[in-house]
Amino acid sequence: MAKKYQKEKKRTDDGNPKEDAIEVMATVIEPLPNAMFRVELENKHQVLAHISGKMRKNFIRILPGDKVAVELSPYDLTRGRIVYRYK
Amino acid sequence: MIVCKSAAELEKMHRAGLVVWDVLKALRERVTPGVSTMDLERFAERRTAEHGVRAAFKGYLGYPCVLCTSVNSEIVHGIPDEHRKLRAGDVVSIDYGAEVDGFFGDAAVTVPVGEIAPEVERLLRVTREALARAVEKARPGNRLSDISAAVQRCVEENGFSVVREFVGHGIGTRMHEEPQLPNYGEPGRGPRLQEGMVLAIEPMVSAGAPAVKMLGNNWTAVTADGSLAAHFEHTVAVTANGPWILTRPREVNGPPW
Repeated sequence: MAKKYQKEKKRTDDGNPKEDAIEVMATVIEPLPNAMFRVELENKHQVLAHISGKMRKNFIRILPGDKVAVELSPYDLTRGRIVYRYK
Repeated sequence: MIVCKSAAELEKMHRAGLVVWDVLKALRERVTPGVSTMDLERFAERRTAEHGVRAAFKGYLGYPCVLCTSVNSEIVHGIPDEHRKLRAGDVVSIDYGAEVDGFFGDAAVTVPVGEIAPEVERLLRVTREALARAVEKARPGNRLSDISAAVQRCVEENGFSVVREFVGHGIGTRMHEEPQLPNYGEPGRGPRLQEGMVLAIEPMVSAGAPAVKMLGNNWTAVTADGSLAAHFEHTVAVTANGPWILTRPREVNGPPW
């Protein structure tokens, strides 16, 4: 049985991983070189996080003990991006 | 993604192909003036049951029969009809498919009814030749559109035209698989053919203009200008030793139809 010709459909991408990120609260444990920080999440897990570009741009400093918001990647739950420092 | 079949899977597909071959061969002999397309349909159903396999078309996307019988200006997907009696001079394209052990075979022939005009014979000959050239291109290393281009060249060199609305297709555990295989196009495009790929190569040729019109039954496609159409098809596997026509016995040599 012949097939009816269908023009190829554009490949739809499967959701933006940046938007699928998981945002959590964490406390900064210790600073590491290159603006990386070891942070501890509420569930006691420790995660490697780097400071976000927006924070760098606005000269926001982070010190150990700060409570921060961290965006975790859906592909690797042990790495994150620090996106906000709470008062 | 084009699924490549293993040697064992190709054997299973060959078994399906042999059933298709047997049914089509038998149907060819029964085509004489006075026979109705529904007669052919009933015979095909019986023969399929005798083989103990399932005919692939019935129920596929709602198709009502096991055969497609396309007479004269009908290109493909003609539905068998009690009242459609074949007359001398007609040409009827019979398309049949079967499923055996989870794998499909799909093939088609265009058969003359009684005596036909020499121009009509030429249409059939050219379409057969187009299929032969297309099958020759089904080798590893060639690209998909080499097959398409071979069909188009052969058809247009002889003053006929290629139907564009319908295409050949990959086949395996489903009747229609990737890729789509148009019967026209520039060579050297598309995926490279690899061992294990199985393609249903089916040139559809119009004696006049290629434009197609759909009938009210939402299945049958006819030439817009009423010219005759021919259709030949085989299920062909790409192997290291070249093309293997699964829809006929290994011992049979010579041109595909």
